[in-house]
Amino acid sequence: NADPQKTAFLLRKQWTLYSVTPLYRFSNAHLRDYARLLSAFIAAEKQKGLAVEIGVELDIKVAVSSLPDLKGSDQDQAAILVQLSLRSPASPKNSEEKLVWSGWFCCVSGDHLSETVPEDFTCLPLFLANGAESYTSIVGSWFQKTFDCCFRRLAISPLNLSWMAAMWTGCKVDKTTSAMELVFSVPCLPQPLDISYAIHPEDAKALWDTVQKTPGEITQEEVDVFMDCLYSHFHRHFKIHLSATKLVKVSTAIASAHCDGIIKFLQGQYLTGVLMLLTELAISQIQ
Amino acid sequence: MQRRRSSETPKQRLQVHHKNQTDLSAWRKGGRIESEKTIQSHPSPKDQKNDSKQDSLEEALSYFEKVQDRVSLKKNHVLQKHLTTVESIAMQRGLPPEGFDVLLKVALSGKLADTVNTRLLKSLVPASVIPETSVVSAVSWLCVSKCSGNIQLLFLRWLITVFDFIDHKEQLHALYGFFFSFLQDEKMCPYVCHLLYLLTRKESVKPFRIRKLLDLQAKMGMQSHLQALLSLYKLFCPELVTITLPGKMKTYFKNSEGPWKAAINTVRRRNHENPPMFQPLLLGTAQPQSRKRKWNTQLIISASSTNRNNLEEDREKNCVDLYSTNVSFPVEQLQTFSQLLQNIHHLEFPSQMGSVLTNPLLLHYMNCVKDESIYLRLYYWMGQTLQEECTWCVADNNQYEEEFKDFLETVYKTECFLQEGFSSCEEFLYKSLPLWDGFCCRSQVLRLVSWIPLSSFSEVKSHLYDPLAQLFFTSSLYFKCSVLESLKELLQNWLNWHVIHLDSESDSQVHSLNTTLSGLVNMVAELIHFVGWISTIGLRLENNPTFLLYFILDFYETVCDMYLSYNLPLLIMPPAGVFYPALLSMDSVSLNQLCYIMYRYRTNLVAAKENERSKKKILQFKFSSQTYQEYNQYIIAMVGCLWTSSAFQKDIHPQGLHMDDELLKKTAVQEFKTSFNIVYHPAMMGYAVLFLQQAWPDDTTFDFSLIKGKKWNWYLEYLYAQGLKGLKVFIESSINRVSQASHSKAGNVQV
Repeated sequence: NADPQKTAFLLRKQWTLYSVTPLYRFSNAHLRDYARLLSAFIAAEKQKGLAVEIGVELDIKVAVSSLPDLKGSDQDQAAILVQLSLRSPASPKNSEEKLVWSGWFCCVSGDHLSETVPEDFTCLPLFLANGAESYTSIVGSWFQKTFDCCFRRLAISPLNLSWMAAMWTGCKVDKTTSAMELVFSVPCLPQPLDISYAIHPEDAKALWDTVQKTPGEITQEEVDVFMDCLYSHFHRHFKIHLSATKLVKVSTAIASAHCDGIIKFLQGQYLTGVLMLLTELAISQIQ
Repeated sequence: MQRRRSSETPKQRLQVHHKNQTDLSAWRKGGRIESEKTIQSHPSPKDQKNDSKQDSLEEALSYFEKVQDRVSLKKNHVLQKHLTTVESIAMQRGLPPEGFDVLLKVALSGKLADTVNTRLLKSLVPASVIPETSVVSAVSWLCVSKCSGNIQLLFLRWLITVFDFIDHKEQLHALYGFFFSFLQDEKMCPYVCHLLYLLTRKESVKPFRIRKLLDLQAKMGMQSHLQALLSLYKLFCPELVTITLPGKMKTYFKNSEGPWKAAINTVRRRNHENPPMFQPLLLGTAQPQSRKRKWNTQLIISASSTNRNNLEEDREKNCVDLYSTNVSFPVEQLQTFSQLLQNIHHLEFPSQMGSVLTNPLLLHYMNCVKDESIYLRLYYWMGQTLQEECTWCVADNNQYEEEFKDFLETVYKTECFLQEGFSSCEEFLYKSLPLWDGFCCRSQVLRLVSWIPLSSFSEVKSHLYDPLAQLFFTSSLYFKCSVLESLKELLQNWLNWHVIHLDSESDSQVHSLNTTLSGLVNMVAELIHFVGWISTIGLRLENNPTFLLYFILDFYETVCDMYLSYNLPLLIMPPAGVFYPALLSMDSVSLNQLCYIMYRYRTNLVAAKENERSKKKILQFKFSSQTYQEYNQYIIAMVGCLWTSSAFQKDIHPQGLHMDDELLKKTAVQEFKTSFNIVYHPAMMGYAVLFLQQAWPDDTTFDFSLIKGKKWNWYLEYLYAQGLKGLKVFIESSINRVSQASHSKAGNVQV
């Protein structure tokens, strides 16, 4: 239901995932002020010890805006986008600004969290960042200080990755381009060893269709059966039990997800669907 | 305007002085001078000496007041004399409020040589207060710059040091702009910054001043005094300026205390006043950062104000609204309890609630404000921090154990302060206890257990008792004792909670389902049964050590008194696995403790029975007959053991000592009947030996059978005198001594 034009810029970028506890006294009416304060804060942090006047033009421009399209339900808060761009020092009047960092807060179908917190709090439990970690840390610190919230890296467990593998296999994509790839890491070795397992998307879809009983509904049992089938197929050929390794990455045409909490969205039409799952993971981490 | 007016003041005062020139003490009579009166009002033998000093000081002051032209110090003996007088009196007793005006004026007017001016300024030690007017007139002299740069600097340093002694500061605040203009002077700038730091209020922070300071910063680079002043500006107006202080900074201002501080303290001590607290600088940002690493977790947060109070849009909207003029008191400046009391109506919680943990004043404030959002903010922060920093749940954290320990300690102290457990902490324990090795941060974790709130019944067993029991059985004796200790505290915290809520029940309508009395009783009962169970097994595993028994009986000292001390309709007897090891213990401490506990059980049960009888209506809670039955079985066994020497016959407890005579004969122990009475009991035999030695010093046969009849009573008195108070109250309450002469007829009292 998201306008594909307005959210297209979120696709094909690597986003690092964080969970964020509800923001205290955050208001959509003050986004411009937040940008002003944040840009001065960034300047002050970058040149520790020197004071910075708020409201003047600084090297780094901050834009805070709302993305009302990224929502699952009416209870969800509109997503908030923060963008840092570098003004070119040579020609300050030049409108050319280079985007150096972006991050966004969102909540897609996070009703069970937003319904339980009082009015003063804003639930945007999922935060995604793209850009240098140093900027993430400054922006994150400012939000933590200003809205008394807590950021935490959001890792994705192998169990959740296998869910993603199954769910995304079942999704219809206009033209099937890339293979589905699962990456496994073998534990307890002196050198890291990763096993990449690529499956033709149509084969994977065919397998999933035989496993799934009711369309539109997925059970843990079905996910287990699906993965077990893939494992036994692999074992038949390579005599390796993938069930003894750790699933670290899942890539499909819909999105790719890494267990360290990194995600890349590839299909605009499934953006909110993936965000819904990530919102759920974020909420379970903060509760 | 200000300047002209203030320079007029000394002139007016001069005229007044001239009128009274003949009467040296006339200036004391002025109604204005209050503090002097107090010195005058209690005459003492010292006064004569004081009076002579007073006179010479007055002479000196009037000399300095009249001195017209540059007088050379070397040639002028009168000047020398008066200068010495002023100096010695200042160092010994401090100068009276009236002295400052004259001396400041002469020192800053440039009439005398700088050496004299320096000596005069250095002797400006206040005995009580410094009148604001004298400081204002001094500043006007400073503005006309008749004195040298060194004297200007010295004056500023003096002003900073004695700032807290100035009686009022309103007019001084009005001079803020004058001081600010002195920032131009490179030498004065550090001291002026310090002075402005002391003077600055919210209304002093103006955009043009910020710009001026930023210009100075651009010109002079990073200067600690500018940083400090700018940080204060940021504190008052976070919407205008911001600064991040580097972490390592220690001092922001040059030391200006100079020659005065020591003298002030001496004078104050002499006058039996406490030296004033020199207020520490309030730049919270400069605390040492933890050596780590992650930006998103900070264990210790310093309190800082919210900076959202007056955002631009708000100000535009509310410019007519008087309430929006930002009256809130910055938490950074909250340093003393009296400040808290004065500002409690316009105090705001810091921007990050986590900072209250290390701020007792804010915890006091938290105790007064019942606002759900406060607890929710704290809940989220603490929950995330505990999970993220837990050294045994997160793989790479083990190097930060000390830090985490301190954090848990802080959380525990906060809970003790608030007398309330945090639910985030409870959830953390439930999540992390199954993974805990029982070693890492041991005492901190166990202390936190004692503050698990009394709210969620179903979870306690699987989340707390099961993992704790596993660790209990597999860990050391010391660990077992620590667990029992913290469970005792948990029980006491629950009981205290119950008592407090009984009192306030009438005014709080909100009574959640899970805190009803029956819920509470079930939860307490479950805890006591759990402790009984692990105690029984623990005693067997460790082979009944006295140390462990002590902690177990300590727990039951709370249990046996729940009805009377905590008004809880519940009494649970210890299991046989605890009762018998205590009864047959080799140690008199345990036996004495058991006696005391049984006495308290008796008192509680008797009170309960009387209550039941007196109240005709059916009570919601009644002790089951099983409790009475258990008590009676134990009391029969105890009296049989200790008193009537019939334990093996009379004990009717299924797990008790009852044994057939045939079987006992096979043990070939002679006199087995008496072997556990208060003379032969292994815990008591030591006393019996000492008693015999005192009663029959010549007899070396140690014939215990001599202790009977009258001697039995003497022996009892001897035992009581040895501190066995538990035994005393037990015997006096539970043993019905038919005849004082014959102990054999005594019977036990059942409830």
